[in-house]
Amino acid sequence: MKMGKMTDRTALSVRDMVVTFDDYVALDKVSVDVATGESFGIVGESGSGKSTLLRAVAGLNRFEEGTLTVDGRKYDSRSRDKEFYRTVQMVFQDPYGSLHPRQTVDRLLLEPLVIHGFDNIDARIARALDEVGLGAGFRFRYSHQLSGGQRQRIAIARALILEPKILLLDEPTSALDASIQAEILNLLEQARKDRNLTFVMVSHDLGVISHMCERVAVMKNGQIVETVPVEALEKREFSADYTRQLLVASEGFRRG
Amino acid sequence: MSGPLLTVDDLRVTFPTRTGEVQAVRGVSFTLGRERLGIVGESGSGKSQTGRAIMGLTPGHAKITASKLGFDGIDLLKATPKQRRDLRGKRIGMILQDPKYSLNPVMTIGKQIIETLLTHEKLSRSQARTRALEMLEAVQIRDPERVFGLYPNEVSGGMGQRVMIAMMLICGPEMLIADEPTSALDVTVQLDVLSILDKLVAERGMGLVFISHDLRLVSSFCDRVIVMYAGRIVEELPSADLAQAKHPYTQGLLNCLPTIGTDRHPLPVLERKAEWLA
Repeated sequence: MKMGKMTDRTALSVRDMVVTFDDYVALDKVSVDVATGESFGIVGESGSGKSTLLRAVAGLNRFEEGTLTVDGRKYDSRSRDKEFYRTVQMVFQDPYGSLHPRQTVDRLLLEPLVIHGFDNIDARIARALDEVGLGAGFRFRYSHQLSGGQRQRIAIARALILEPKILLLDEPTSALDASIQAEILNLLEQARKDRNLTFVMVSHDLGVISHMCERVAVMKNGQIVETVPVEALEKREFSADYTRQLLVASEGFRRG
Repeated sequence: MSGPLLTVDDLRVTFPTRTGEVQAVRGVSFTLGRERLGIVGESGSGKSQTGRAIMGLTPGHAKITASKLGFDGIDLLKATPKQRRDLRGKRIGMILQDPKYSLNPVMTIGKQIIETLLTHEKLSRSQARTRALEMLEAVQIRDPERVFGLYPNEVSGGMGQRVMIAMMLICGPEMLIADEPTSALDVTVQLDVLSILDKLVAERGMGLVFISHDLRLVSSFCDRVIVMYAGRIVEELPSADLAQAKHPYTQGLLNCLPTIGTDRHPLPVLERKAEWLA
């Protein structure tokens, strides 16, 4: 899939965003443009601000300065309306922490549908479960009765059930085993293909990002160090020393 | 010393539950000399329970059986709690996954390291302090004096894990069990911690059991790799021959990782076969 033209088909645009926590500057004038249908990756170590950026877009953090435009509409630092959450959904890192422990899968999937006034609720829940490869047998289970991979599938079903255009993915597989990771990545890719979704994916794993994304932004200390097409990683066509460090780290341990 | 440092023969760890017994480890056998051995598997494969059984950290209600579980001539199954305590920290060390949870949050770093030392050796406080500072320096902590007085929450994950390594190596153990020592760390920090660990293990001639779910990492770090699935060893091979792995599970684990520069959509996924459980 090729990247669309920035001007007419921008799904998400962040301009000079600043997020501070007390005196700590977590995001320092970050600008990102993601085209419709694009899969955009963000890498960096902990504390680099990659999750903060996603959370500020999703309205989970406020931002002090800058602008946010999603699907042609501007949003301010705090409030997000229902329309926003119809358009943008998020999948979190830890499937153990992001599902309500006392709600069944059915209830978890029902809530967003009711909030947004969807019809055909029953059929939609069944279809959502089917789409993420879990059968009807999982519908009345609690999250503690599911494995980590199954939970992440539910979290993805919950995000997809509102038929959003943009998915924010915050390390969706880093809490999972390598073999389960492959399944979840395939599932996400299939969903993107079927629904022409736009992805913004945060990960510390360059292998995952290069597999899933077309462009990648490298973040450090709250700033974007550089943005490159993923092919540049393979060909080593990047300028920042930090990108090279991350690349070396992703290749595993070397003695000597 | 002749013969292997550690002998594990037909080790089984069983947990009684309401619905019957669950065997977490089902007949694992291997030996360890002064070498680096990796144990790889998914969550629930029994790799951590294997390490814990050797260390003597299995929960009390679990049942451990083995036809042999020996460390340097000592029968670990028959050892008294006192003998086990004398071994732990002195001759066998263990590094756990996340320094956030495995260090004592209400004790300064220096005090925790000294505690290990004073448990096993007769030293004065000032001698112990000097040893602890030397050890912190050996794990490449730049300002040992300052870190000595800090609490675990005041240091980063990478530094916490170095402290953990320092604490485990200060008594000069002959064998070290590292259970996912870098999984909770950032990719860039992982390599630093691994190279420190690697250097110390080599210098001191320790036997190392490296437990991880990351097959590539383990194979780049260890001499020999054991692959576990559902409580059993499915394959054992030298790291260098990993590409020639025969078992479909090992091949699956290797193949399912996305890498830079390969274009495989969708990624191959592991198909678990019922006969692997047998």
